[in-house]
Amino acid sequence: MKAGRRFSSGRWGLALGLGFLWAPILLLAVYAFSADRIPFQWGGFSLRWFRSLAANERMLEAAWLSVRVAAGAATLAVLLGGMAGWALARFGRFRGRALFGALAGAPLVLPEVVTGLSLLLLFVSAQAALEAFFGWQADRGAFTVLLAHATLGLAYAAVLVQARLATLDRSLEEAAADLGAGPFTVFRTVTLPLIAPALAAAWLLAFTLSLDDVVLASFVSGPAGTTLPMLVFSALRVGVTPEVNAIGVLFLLLAGLAAAGWWALLGRHAGRAPGA
Amino acid sequence: MMARRAAVLLPPWLWLLFLVAAPVAVLLAIALAAPGDGVPPVSPPFRWEGGRPVWQGGEALEVLREEGWHLAAFLRSFRTAILTALACLLLAYPMALGIARARPERRTLLLALVLLPFWTGFLPRVGAWIGLLRDGGWVNGVLMGLGLVESPVPLLYTDGALLLGMVHAYLPFAVLPLVAALTRLDPSLEEAAADLGASPAAAFRTVVLPLTLPGAAAGFLLVFIPAMGEVVIPELLGPPEARLVGRVLWEEFFRNRDWPLAAAVAVLLLLVLIPPIRLFQRLEAR
Amino acid sequence: MPAEPLLRIEGVAKRFGPVAALDGLDLDVAPGEFLALLGGSGSGKSTLLRLVAGFETPDSGRILLRGEDLAGKPPQARDVGMVFQSYALFPHLSVFDNVAYGLRREGVARPEIARRVAEALAMVGLQGMERRMPHQLSGGQRQRVALVRSLAKRPSLLLLDEPLGALDAGLRERTGFELRALQRRTGAGFVMVTHDQAEALSLADRVAVLEGGRLVQCDAPRVLYDRPATRFVAEFLGGANLLEGRAGADGAVECPAVGCTLRLPGAAPPAGAAVSVAVRPERIGLLPATDAPRGANTAAGTLRELAYRGEAWVALVATAGGQVLRVVLPGGAAPPPPGDGVALAWEDGANVVLKE
Repeated sequence: MKAGRRFSSGRWGLALGLGFLWAPILLLAVYAFSADRIPFQWGGFSLRWFRSLAANERMLEAAWLSVRVAAGAATLAVLLGGMAGWALARFGRFRGRALFGALAGAPLVLPEVVTGLSLLLLFVSAQAALEAFFGWQADRGAFTVLLAHATLGLAYAAVLVQARLATLDRSLEEAAADLGAGPFTVFRTVTLPLIAPALAAAWLLAFTLSLDDVVLASFVSGPAGTTLPMLVFSALRVGVTPEVNAIGVLFLLLAGLAAAGWWALLGRHAGRAPGA
Repeated sequence: MMARRAAVLLPPWLWLLFLVAAPVAVLLAIALAAPGDGVPPVSPPFRWEGGRPVWQGGEALEVLREEGWHLAAFLRSFRTAILTALACLLLAYPMALGIARARPERRTLLLALVLLPFWTGFLPRVGAWIGLLRDGGWVNGVLMGLGLVESPVPLLYTDGALLLGMVHAYLPFAVLPLVAALTRLDPSLEEAAADLGASPAAAFRTVVLPLTLPGAAAGFLLVFIPAMGEVVIPELLGPPEARLVGRVLWEEFFRNRDWPLAAAVAVLLLLVLIPPIRLFQRLEAR
Repeated sequence: MPAEPLLRIEGVAKRFGPVAALDGLDLDVAPGEFLALLGGSGSGKSTLLRLVAGFETPDSGRILLRGEDLAGKPPQARDVGMVFQSYALFPHLSVFDNVAYGLRREGVARPEIARRVAEALAMVGLQGMERRMPHQLSGGQRQRVALVRSLAKRPSLLLLDEPLGALDAGLRERTGFELRALQRRTGAGFVMVTHDQAEALSLADRVAVLEGGRLVQCDAPRVLYDRPATRFVAEFLGGANLLEGRAGADGAVECPAVGCTLRLPGAAPPAGAAVSVAVRPERIGLLPATDAPRGANTAAGTLRELAYRGEAWVALVATAGGQVLRVVLPGGAAPPPPGDGVALAWEDGANVVLKE
């Protein structure tokens, strides 16, 4: 619109950066369909790696576990993070607000290794305590991964919801109250629909973070809780396999679908970006 | 009113106390504890001898101080994180300019293109670099095809591959705050600069750059902070001798089963990162 | 022979997608002239300013500054200054550095910069404010810094985008006078965009009225006000009453919507012709119904609404024909209460025939 021809260098830089970001992903997507045993070597079109993936019991099991953990963690994260974001945006200076805010934000800024190790040490201590006091031998596994991922997702959800509420015009809620709506009705009919995009974004973000995480899971999981990324990580340590490329394509497909769904959802809200 | 507030506050409070505050407290405690042979392999920092406590902990801190290679890992991580963040910033500025200057309806699409790689699976992306960079890999094939090299050059498991993978993974984090800063910039400021005789380069140097510096600093820190503790990319792409903090912590914990030492490394990493984290939060609060 | 114009706009057109912002516009600005571009939103007035400054490129037509075609010249190479509606003061630079910005780009020597900045700030009474940052200034001070920042380079043409728009009412008039004085003092041509007719009429040597990307009328304020060429100008400036009628055989115009006969000054229109007439509200007299005059340029009606504006009363009178006329009475008058029957009367000279 304005100043279009000035700084056309920005356009080149953007093309270069996007090329760098996307080149390995696009190559991965192409070579996932190569028949060759060696990854990134063309041996004719084939779906064999998708078939071999579909026949890989361990992978499928891990993937199903990951999806369940991610869905549970994302749901918990949105519920708790929504409450935390609400409190931070709306409750003014309540007692302990500084500590509350710091704790809610900590998982965002702490390195994964620190979060992972500290959570594991806590879980081990809790296990020891449970065994000492109740004689109950609790095992680490999918449940501890879920707790870790929900904690990480909570932090993101709190930020997104708080940001959305901060930009929300409070007179909308006041108008609803003025028109006779009780506090719960105001929340249900005005506030919730307005922050719904932020909640949806938070859920998606928490879901993907969980599905993508290998560090936290490696620390806090137990023998019965091998997630898909843990399996992929151990595979990559020995060297890349074409099956990993096939997984990458499936991820790409999922991300594309999510983005398209997001687009459609936002389109109805006249292109207003949430929390941006 | 108060009851409703408590109902909203209590669940997240409890969650945060149990799963954020308590773990850090346990981490600190174990960093001070003595290594042990049991399960978990930790002994309390005090031993009871004749009814009075005797201090036996703190060994991990001692080790950290005496064995220089842990601290060397910190220096190496620091260097890698700084390089990664600088490279990201260098790539991100022109990208953010391109996005901020695009038509608003196109801006969302471009931002999605920057963010989507972030959503396509971290491990498959790192895996792609392994396949592309290895000796018989795609990049070497292209280099030889162009006649630039005669025989495959070792690319994988080098510092270059490590940096490449880090920049690729963290680039979107640097782009976002810059786009935010640039779109917040009143376009008439640049027009005013041009009107007063500034060339595009001069307008960038005297107006755009100083006004978006906080965004650039935020982008830098957003890359630097997680890069300090990164463990997966060095493990998969870097040279075996690239002992970064995350890897050292990982090895002490999983391979050597020295929990106090791993915890001490984590605490030290935490302490090192507090100033940049505070700075980042200060920038965000502006 | 008229002097060469400072700025000449020749058939300039600019479209944004399907919207024609400017549609073949011609306009001249003389050296040292103060021209106001007046129009509503979407009239193309701001686009014209941005084309002259060089932030946009015209689709067709030419823009000449002192006879030189500006096409292809970037903004930084044009001898044109611009005062932005938002002022666009650099928030990270002090008042001094803001004003010095243009001089530094020109490579003016340091002592010379200091001298010229001081001189510029003195011109608008901002001595001693050099170290302040823009956010520490009041709205009026910010406006003056923006003004002298553009003037410090001594451009031959200064463009002003709604320069008084962001100021509150009290400050507007005073700042307007200052603007006028500054223009005389610098001798630069000023082109000011405004949507406020009072501002345009009071400040400019000439006012160009734009509508839908076209120039409707460009005249001195007095001429524009007294002799609007079209219905748009008549309504936009001062809210004139528009009377529609048909000319009779005797040259008088029958106006059924008001229920009156108009006698026009000058040549009578041909019989049967449709005629539009503008009558300024302050030129209509209001009388009690009891001493109603008869004949041409009179109308009977009922006083509907009355608003006191200090220096004047504004009355809405529903005439016998049904059309409501706006009448402005001097503030000292004592109009009858609303609901009373009234009579209206005006002179022949108040009837301005519109070209349409």
